[in-house]
Amino acid sequence: MSLLILCDHDRGLLDEASLEALTFGRDLANKAGISCEAVVIGAGAEEALTPLATHGAERVHLARHDVLIDYGPEAWGETLTQLVRSNEVTAVMACGTDRGNEVLAHVAARLDEPFVANCNDITPGDPWTMTRVQWGGSLLEDAVLDARIRVLSVAHHAVEAIPAEVPGAGLVVQFTPDLGVEATRTVVRDRVVMTQGITLTTSPVVVGGGRGVGSEDGFVPLEDLAGALGGVVGCSRAVTNNGWRPHSDQVGQTGTRISPDIYIAAGISGAIQHWVGAMAAKNILAINTDGEANMVSKAGYAVIGDLHKVVPAITEEIVRRRG
Amino acid sequence: MRILVCVKRVPAPGSRINVTPDGQAVDTSHLGFTTSPHEECALEEAVQIVERHDGEVTVLTLGSVSSEEQLRYAASVGAHNLVLIPISEVDWDPQRTASALTTAISDIELAEGSFDLILFGNESADAGGFQVGIRVAHALGRPIVNGIKGIDLVDGTASAKREIDGGFEVYEVPMPAVLGIKEGINLPRYPTMKGRLASKKAEVSSTVVEAATGGQTRVRLHRPVEQVSETVILGTGPEAAPAVVDLLEELGVLS
Ligand SMILES: Cc1cc2nc3c(=O)[nH]c(=O)nc-3n(C[C@H](O)[C@H](O)[C@H](O)COP(=O)(O)OP(=O)(O)OC[C@H]3O[C@@H](n4cnc5c(N)ncnc54)[C@H](O)[C@@H]3O)c2cc1C
Ligand SMILES: Nc1ncnc2c1ncn2[C@@H]1O[C@H](COP(=O)(O)O)[C@@H](O)[C@H]1O
Repeated sequence: MSLLILCDHDRGLLDEASLEALTFGRDLANKAGISCEAVVIGAGAEEALTPLATHGAERVHLARHDVLIDYGPEAWGETLTQLVRSNEVTAVMACGTDRGNEVLAHVAARLDEPFVANCNDITPGDPWTMTRVQWGGSLLEDAVLDARIRVLSVAHHAVEAIPAEVPGAGLVVQFTPDLGVEATRTVVRDRVVMTQGITLTTSPVVVGGGRGVGSEDGFVPLEDLAGALGGVVGCSRAVTNNGWRPHSDQVGQTGTRISPDIYIAAGISGAIQHWVGAMAAKNILAINTDGEANMVSKAGYAVIGDLHKVVPAITEEIVRRRG
Repeated sequence: MRILVCVKRVPAPGSRINVTPDGQAVDTSHLGFTTSPHEECALEEAVQIVERHDGEVTVLTLGSVSSEEQLRYAASVGAHNLVLIPISEVDWDPQRTASALTTAISDIELAEGSFDLILFGNESADAGGFQVGIRVAHALGRPIVNGIKGIDLVDGTASAKREIDGGFEVYEVPMPAVLGIKEGINLPRYPTMKGRLASKKAEVSSTVVEAATGGQTRVRLHRPVEQVSETVILGTGPEAAPAVVDLLEELGVLS
């Protein structure tokens, strides 16, 4: 009886999120009285093995096949399903990343079992119960599960990855799935890597603008402030919907989650779908004409006023102090 | 080109989401409704493809009869056929939803011919189950890729772009195919006055489908614990600039 955790990697580079799933999973396995096992799929998988035992994996299944080169949702889903079927698996888990949720949905569809995505708490009992994330984090759902094999993902960032006090044995077991043509229908044909600078996700400073900015040109002073602080510009969905900024700048439920040292939110009301993308910021400064705006009441700091005057004044003050 | 888009009607909450006393649903008594953003983009993409390649866009939803509102909106921005699977509960679980959608799609295809492309959202805005599209694709025996932010159709093959850290991957899938779309693939158009008028007269076909409940049951919805913090008001207007820069210095972001 085991809890099987899919550990994701890209050409041998382990996805850190997998260690969150292992950290979460080894406690769960312990509570359920079952063994905590990991699975790594595809070419380069052996390079990603080392941290798995230190994070609690008793066994590591290494799934290899000629067609398993890069990630492919169907091939990975089929492989994991076959591994589940050929072992006594009580539950299958992954971190709730794009890929983690995608592969588990394929597994659940094949097993004809429910799939509970993005859990941040799981109690293995009779039946298993869990709390999962809805609305990108704005709402929680308590659920009960009626399943022979439980398919679950752990919400990304629900726990921090921490090595186990007592490492797992990490016994490596080879697995070769039986894959037909269907498993290779959806494979990566090409990969384009763009030049990487600081991005919304990694920037220590984000200057966000909302509908209050008023126009595409209105973002120039925000660009200037971001530039002075070595940061980048973000925006709300009202802005992308108006075509003032590209969607890649959007912060929120259907945009990017940011976690800068400071988020300066100018002319943004702070709708819940925007807030879930910004709430991981260490500090938030709201600039808004409306002292009652949700962004103002939720922020640690605020300036009440017209952003068109306040933002340039801040940039000027920075330039003045730098001499 | 025959394209199907599956959309879901969801509430559009503002600064907080309230839950009904029985904990089974979002309290929508003071809320408007919308289509999940990813699906709005899926619809726009379908309409653009048909504008380029000719064909028809069908929109399918499973929901309360009020979901007609979202179907009519779809017609106002270019959808041709509207299909509703009416249900009386607030929400069906993902397995049940997928099974009903699969039945309805198979019925439509039997009567009118198969779809070259079926588009889903990457995830629904409310439930966020990350699975309905994949279940349907599997049941129909078709390939599916999620997270798509670009589609190119050439000779019966869909090449689909998906973002990865610092770039993107291109998947090639044989059609008929299923794709899960993410917001950002395009900028959805607004309805024209003419589109709005036409959508009022558009026909919505209703198809009742039975499906067994799945293994995931809702106990209750609740809000996460909010951290309440006092907001420090640094000042009013441009005169607050020195106080802001003091703060930036203090936080060490002004290197
Ligand atoms: C399912 C779903 C998903 C969504 N996902 C996202 C998402 O990912 N990201 C997102 O941002 N939104 C998202 N939204 C939209 C969200 O609900 C809001 O509509 C949106 O965030 C509002 O943007 P805003 O704050 O810029 O505009 P508004 O709400 O119009 O607020 C404008 C603010 O600017 C202030 N203001 C006006 N003029 C000035 C001035 N001169 N100086 C200073 N302040 C001024 C006003 O007081 C107001 O507070 C989503 C919605 C739904 C239904
Ligand atoms: N009730 C529904 N009616 C039509 N399509 C739906 C419904 N629920 C989910 N979908 C589709 O399935 C996708 C994934 O949903 P989910 O699995 O809930 O995240 C959504 O983006 C929609 O395209």
